[in-house]
Amino acid sequence: MAPAASELTDLTIAGARAALAKGEMSARELTEAQIAAVEAARPLNAFITETPEKALMMAEASDARRRAGEVRPLEGIPLAIKDLFCTEGVPTTAGSHILDGFTPPYESSVTAKLWESGAVMLGKTNLDEFAMGSSNMTSYFGAVESPWRRPGDDRPLVPGGSSGGSAAAVAARCAPGAIGTDTGGSIRQPAAFCGIVGMKPTYGRCSRWGVVAFASSLDQPGPLTRTVRDAAILLGAMAGHDPKDSTSVDTPVPDYEAALGGDARGLKIGIPREYRLDGTPPEIEALWRQGIEWLKHAGAEIRDISLPHTSYALPAYYIIAPAEASSNLARYDGVRYGLRVPGADLTEMYENTRGQGFGAEVKRRVLIGTYVLSAGYYDAYYNKARRVRSLILRDFTDAFEEVDAILTPTAPSEAFAVGEKMDDPIAMYLNDVFTVPASLAGLPGISVPAGLSASGLPLGLQLIGRAFDEETVLKVAGVLEEAAGFDAKPQFVAGGR
Amino acid sequence: MAVDRATVARIAKLARIRVPERDLDALAGELSNILSWIEQLSELDTEGVAPMTSVVAVELPRRADAVTDGGYPDKVIANAPEAVHGFFAVPKVIE
Repeated sequence: MAPAASELTDLTIAGARAALAKGEMSARELTEAQIAAVEAARPLNAFITETPEKALMMAEASDARRRAGEVRPLEGIPLAIKDLFCTEGVPTTAGSHILDGFTPPYESSVTAKLWESGAVMLGKTNLDEFAMGSSNMTSYFGAVESPWRRPGDDRPLVPGGSSGGSAAAVAARCAPGAIGTDTGGSIRQPAAFCGIVGMKPTYGRCSRWGVVAFASSLDQPGPLTRTVRDAAILLGAMAGHDPKDSTSVDTPVPDYEAALGGDARGLKIGIPREYRLDGTPPEIEALWRQGIEWLKHAGAEIRDISLPHTSYALPAYYIIAPAEASSNLARYDGVRYGLRVPGADLTEMYENTRGQGFGAEVKRRVLIGTYVLSAGYYDAYYNKARRVRSLILRDFTDAFEEVDAILTPTAPSEAFAVGEKMDDPIAMYLNDVFTVPASLAGLPGISVPAGLSASGLPLGLQLIGRAFDEETVLKVAGVLEEAAGFDAKPQFVAGGR
Repeated sequence: MAVDRATVARIAKLARIRVPERDLDALAGELSNILSWIEQLSELDTEGVAPMTSVVAVELPRRADAVTDGGYPDKVIANAPEAVHGFFAVPKVIE
């Protein structure tokens, strides 16, 4: 007898791979169950565009390949795609009004690799506008609601951001996996808020070609999944050199799944003292201590380390990222694609288009970026921030002389309510205090769900590794995952529980 | 560092973003808050520290200076808000 739909949508990528291999279900059956889950989860607003017809076509092609004896690494696995990746023939919005009507005539390199690996596209997920935000509230297409609620409290919570739709979709069982992008924490923080695994690979590991650019020296695609093994599987299919992205690094992609398993014996884990911040909730401190105990118990050697320039990471980020954004977003002018708002002359048309096309947070960042790059301020702000970035990288390089990975909390709080923190940009920026330093240094980081807060919401722990050493990060993440045994489900699960 | 109305209007002009008069004061306040928060970097001595240019030292790849793409003008202008005779069309620039 065929398995029930809720059993199918509860499968991990590894579980679905095994069930498909044994012929317990077809890719079409799995895809139909996931499409129904995507529809059932519409109240969350996690998707901007659903692509059920395309999904069924891809699933049938996958079943045909399997019948012909051809099985690719992600054969028949349905995935959700952050709507920042250009997808040929499928509208791509970046969560912005200014890309109205834009349908890419090309496919991003990362999504092309996924489809070549046999994966199936379920749709495009909601995000903060141009990936600028930590709550998914800045999307032109409306906020995403987290599938989690505080027990006994009906207020909708944010899924985190900017990859909020991807994280909510995976947590709510709309998809076993999704891809997102991380500039300062945009995969790791929503993963922590939604109780799933999210990984930012080393800058240069996955191609940025065809990804709508926010801050080019920081943006990096990565996986969001429910297990560490699934993150390893998905990363393996996304990673690799791409001549179309000059910052993509030409280095072999290891078998990430093979890195998993075993304990932490022989590994040295650093605990950075500068990540103990005033005002961090005691339960997050306690979870961090628990994580240290878990790793110690698994045989790791724990070392106190110092990353002395940590407190300067966030302000440096809020110079570099807006500066790069102001330059990248100059292309939205109402001439070649997207929205055009008429004006009396060309300049007025540009100004009207950008004035109406960009939301408040995007405008704020473009203006900050324009200011710090303007004549007379370039050295004082932009070059200063790049120098500070060198110091932050040096902190990590020194630390990795003595440790193999670094353990920290992922975010300084649990998920907050939709509508909170919107009137104070800096309070919102502080969400990324633990994730931004690794972004500036370009290092791989992962968030692993590690426990629930007193109010019943997921909390994550972050591991940071050496450049291009995703294997150690994944291995230690696997140890943490096993010790934590996180199996809580959100209040909203598509298709019921 | 605090920015005033006039400065916000000037940067908005540089960024080609129309900001209504009535929004200038609120934006000046928000941007000033962000800029004065960023200002804490100035307490850090970065004398002799080179600006970071890349995460791992890699030589930027080079390719032959040859045409490797193109030949599909219809695809290029497919998303244009307005296209005429195979070109992007904009409001008249020269009278």
